[in-house]
Amino acid sequence: MKRTLEGIEDQFEMFQILNEDGEVVNEEALPDLSDEELKELMHRMVYTRILDQRSIALNRQGRLGFYAPTAGQEASQLGTQFALEKEDFILPGYRDVPQLIWHGLPLYQAFLFSRGHFHGNQFPEGVNALSPAIIIGAQITQAAGVALGMKRRGKKAVAITYTGDGGTSQGDFYEGMNFAGAFEAPAIFVVQNNQFAISVPREKQTKAKTLAQKAVAVGINGIQVDGMDVLAVYAATKDARERAINGEGPTLIETLTYRYGPHTMAGDDPTRYRTEDMDSEWEKQDPLVRFRKYLEAKGLWSEEEENKVIDQAKEEIKAAIKQADAHPKMKVSDLINNMYEVLPSNLKEQLEVYKEKESK
Amino acid sequence: MAQMTMIQAITDALRTELKNDENVMIFGEDVGKNGGVFRATEGLQAEFGEERVFDTPLAESAIGGMAVGLAVEGFRPVPEIQFFGFVYEVMDAISGQLARLRYRSGGTQSAPVTIRAPFGGGVHTPELHADSLEGLMAQQPGLKVVIPSNPYDAKGLLISAIRDNDPVVYLEHMKLYRSFREEVPEEEYTVEIGKAAVKREGTDVTLIAYGAMVQASMKAAEELEKNNVSAEVIDLRTVSPIDLDTVLASVKKTGRVVVVQEAQRQAGVAAHLISEIQERAILHLDAPVMRVTAPDTVFAFSQAEEVWLPNHSDIVEKANEVINF
Repeated sequence: MKRTLEGIEDQFEMFQILNEDGEVVNEEALPDLSDEELKELMHRMVYTRILDQRSIALNRQGRLGFYAPTAGQEASQLGTQFALEKEDFILPGYRDVPQLIWHGLPLYQAFLFSRGHFHGNQFPEGVNALSPAIIIGAQITQAAGVALGMKRRGKKAVAITYTGDGGTSQGDFYEGMNFAGAFEAPAIFVVQNNQFAISVPREKQTKAKTLAQKAVAVGINGIQVDGMDVLAVYAATKDARERAINGEGPTLIETLTYRYGPHTMAGDDPTRYRTEDMDSEWEKQDPLVRFRKYLEAKGLWSEEEENKVIDQAKEEIKAAIKQADAHPKMKVSDLINNMYEVLPSNLKEQLEVYKEKESK
Repeated sequence: MAQMTMIQAITDALRTELKNDENVMIFGEDVGKNGGVFRATEGLQAEFGEERVFDTPLAESAIGGMAVGLAVEGFRPVPEIQFFGFVYEVMDAISGQLARLRYRSGGTQSAPVTIRAPFGGGVHTPELHADSLEGLMAQQPGLKVVIPSNPYDAKGLLISAIRDNDPVVYLEHMKLYRSFREEVPEEEYTVEIGKAAVKREGTDVTLIAYGAMVQASMKAAEELEKNNVSAEVIDLRTVSPIDLDTVLASVKKTGRVVVVQEAQRQAGVAAHLISEIQERAILHLDAPVMRVTAPDTVFAFSQAEEVWLPNHSDIVEKANEVINF
């Protein structure tokens, strides 16, 4: 008789709706989305792909700062966000700026965040989110807190947080999920497993065969999803959200995906740790290609439609960069003023020093 | 008025703010049914319910992270770290997250969180319970760090901390919890954060201390008095930000200063305070400002604790050194 449990990973078979040719392989799981909603989802994916391309170019021209490329992860990022309501709260990692944008963050502010201007983090009223977490895992314990707060307030809303495959190795990943589970808080933990934590491959993060099975230890729902299939990601998130607001507790969603670009634009060279074969294997599964095929077959999408989105995206990006350029320069005195509600004497003194410097 | 120990004054402050503001929430390890390992939250869960006073799973980092999340949702969390030596487990949540929320969000979000934790030597705890780690906290912009030395201040400062719209680390010296009682008003009152107190007026030397070292300094002052040395004793009460006005007024009066801390000598609050004094009042000084501290080892194993911890004789000795310089 076996005294240890084996085969947990068998319960986490990848959930898929569209295969890489855009064919429906799981008819009964098809989410209830109107034609308009399907088109909107495609619109967002195309737009975000263009935003990524332009952001990389702008970074190379020195017109943007810190930037973590998103191409390849659109289905994981936008499929989860599309399942949210305005009152839901997003706790993103640093690659998750697109979700913030589609949750209401103006584009010029996303650019200011990239440029290292605090106005990028001054979210407008009603954009329910924290700015992207830099410390991997910090946002996961915070999500448990936001979710518990929502539960205590009786809100019908969820806290959703994002990390990557590397993030699942952090103690905070376990702690956050465990707290949310223990308090039956309405939280969704999304792991975008893009196969590499900078350069360290997924197999070196953990002996666990799936990341979704990490839900088992804390007693919450877990699911592994094809992260290149926007309909599967959307459906899994929608389910998780419904369970959460019905008081059935949190869910861990692992999306299997890939980042086409480097970790960030600050000198990472993926050829040091990935092969071209691997890149092209994943590119074959591209989330835009397969969703486009699906929509085209339904007569909902055309090249013309796509070009319209591309033009619109380019136009709006240009305008947003202009707006970011025109935004007042940040001053050290602003930073000092943002430290406390009421400045203590040391900062009052230092404020005078910097005001004097800045007046010259 | 009632006679209260410091721990009773702390419980009284918590009860006061639970009553005053429905957004106040107390949580941590064993704070619910058990009332905390020192009984600081005794009876509060029964009185205010499990939604407002509750136990968490045993994980300091998530206790801190959850405080951030609850603050974002408009609550006023008062988490307890069971012993402050466990703070290393929650450093990112405190210094990396809570302390930076207002700054990071350009003033659009805030973290009205009070982190309570016992610390302090003389009670023979195992390792990583008693360490004086206020210096670590004081180095973090965005935090306020408060250390009461008596029951009256403990209540008034804790009420101020909970009402503060920025995060406050509120450290409770274990040796002081039940060492004496004093008159504490039953009604609510506040003691301002960032204001030191002159505990004893004097003209020859200033002893600056906080936490349990205030009592040691008072005792030292009494002994010095016997030799006709008049010592002024200042209780900082808040170690970040430091009340330099009160300190400098005293320095200018006495011209001789000893700073006393239970923490080790390296870096720390005393070192910072002495820099401020010499930058701002060097021409008023008749002797170098000196320190009484613990030695630069890790906190003593409990059998050596009594010798390792600074005491009133060390303070008297150092005061005489400053006076005879």
